[in-house]
Amino acid sequence: MSVPLTLLGLLEREPSHGYDLKRDYDTYFGRGRPLPFGQVYATLGRLARDGKVVIDEVAPGDGPERKRYVITEGGATEVDTWLTEPVPAEPHLQTVLFSKVVLALMLDRPAAEYLDAQRAAHLQRMRELTEIRRSGDLVDAILADHGLFHLEADLRWIDMTSARLGALAAEVRS
Amino acid sequence: MTATSERYVIEARDVELSFGETPALRGASLSVVAGEILAIMGPSGSGKSTLLHCLAGILVPIAGEIHFDGRRVDTMSETQRSALRRDRFGFVFQFGQLVPELTAEENVALSLLLAGIRRDRALKEARPWFARMGLDGLERRRSGELSGGQAQRVALARGLVARPEILFADEPTGSLDSFTGEQVMDLLVASAREQGTTVIIVTHEPRVAACADREVIVRDGKATTLAADRVPS
Ligand SMILES: Nc1ncnc2c1ncn2[C@@H]1O[C@H](COP(=O)(O)OP(=O)(O)OP(=O)(O)O)[C@@H](O)[C@H]1O
Ligand SMILES: [Mg+2]
Repeated sequence: MSVPLTLLGLLEREPSHGYDLKRDYDTYFGRGRPLPFGQVYATLGRLARDGKVVIDEVAPGDGPERKRYVITEGGATEVDTWLTEPVPAEPHLQTVLFSKVVLALMLDRPAAEYLDAQRAAHLQRMRELTEIRRSGDLVDAILADHGLFHLEADLRWIDMTSARLGALAAEVRS
Repeated sequence: MTATSERYVIEARDVELSFGETPALRGASLSVVAGEILAIMGPSGSGKSTLLHCLAGILVPIAGEIHFDGRRVDTMSETQRSALRRDRFGFVFQFGQLVPELTAEENVALSLLLAGIRRDRALKEARPWFARMGLDGLERRRSGELSGGQAQRVALARGLVARPEILFADEPTGSLDSFTGEQVMDLLVASAREQGTTVIIVTHEPRVAACADREVIVRDGKATTLAADRVPS
């Protein structure tokens, strides 16, 4: 799962403290598996080291929770690239696809276009596997079938989600 | 005709069509290269079948143009369009739509009989399709005596036997399980490639669409071709 990119994406809405990021992450992306505070601050530390975020104010006192983080231009570009580029089509992408869709809606990006691009990437991979299924031996064909059925499941999810983007947007922007 | 349109064997340009108050197509455009296998996908009710029927000269759009082989289809008379459908197009639909009174081989031969070919010759041309489609021995059965997958292969043979320039298929695997549907698709693709038939196939199933060279998505009566340059390699 792309925790760093998801946190960066959440930061693109507005500068935030680690605590707020963790709360929003757990609400929208945690799915019953909350992000440990340690991981939040370790990730933010690495993002700061790599110039993706900066700290714009430090409240008086001790501890990492005093810092407020702001995304840099480099960080914003990275979020944009991640959202825009379809991920290589392979089975079991639901968590990363889900995160991209929810973040795109939160940031008012063209989520429908991203899903279309992903759909095209999936179908392209399915065409390649179909070719293998047709031309390869039985072992290749059966392995290709496994990939095809899983990609098909993802594609159905992409279609369902495309059809419900309006309702999902209302929910994640509230 | 413009220079760019000449590579396309069939083309819809800004096609609009309504059923009473219901707009089914609102400016749909689509171009198909000769020999190409194109999948049309999209949500239910988005206008896929309507677009297919416009391309095939079954429905006439209220605006826009349909071009086939350098000719305007949408301005032809009903007689000209039906000659086009009979002589140059082939069709396969979701439920085979075999004529129940005819045997399987008569059903396959039907496209040839309608084109005015003599009965013995039409049946002779129909016969090799039974081996090709894995239907040996079923030539004399009537459609009620065939399984869904067998009936669909007979319908496919009927669609292809006259070597149409374009085969229009609307959910041709829709009533089949995925294994049988796959066999039908493999036969469709192999036969179309062998005889150079262009195929336009409407389908809900990603695995069926993956048998095509390219896909177009119809949404709200408009067709979108997904840019291949967005696809990571
Ligand atoms: N003969 C008809 N009379 C009235 N309305 C029609 C007729 N045929 C289609 N429609 C309407 O036109 C629109 C497009 O229908 P169409 O059959 O092209 O959809 P489709 O994309 O093929 O859907 P499906 O995937 O369910 O087959 C729908 O709103 C449908 O209700
Ligand atoms: Mg339809």
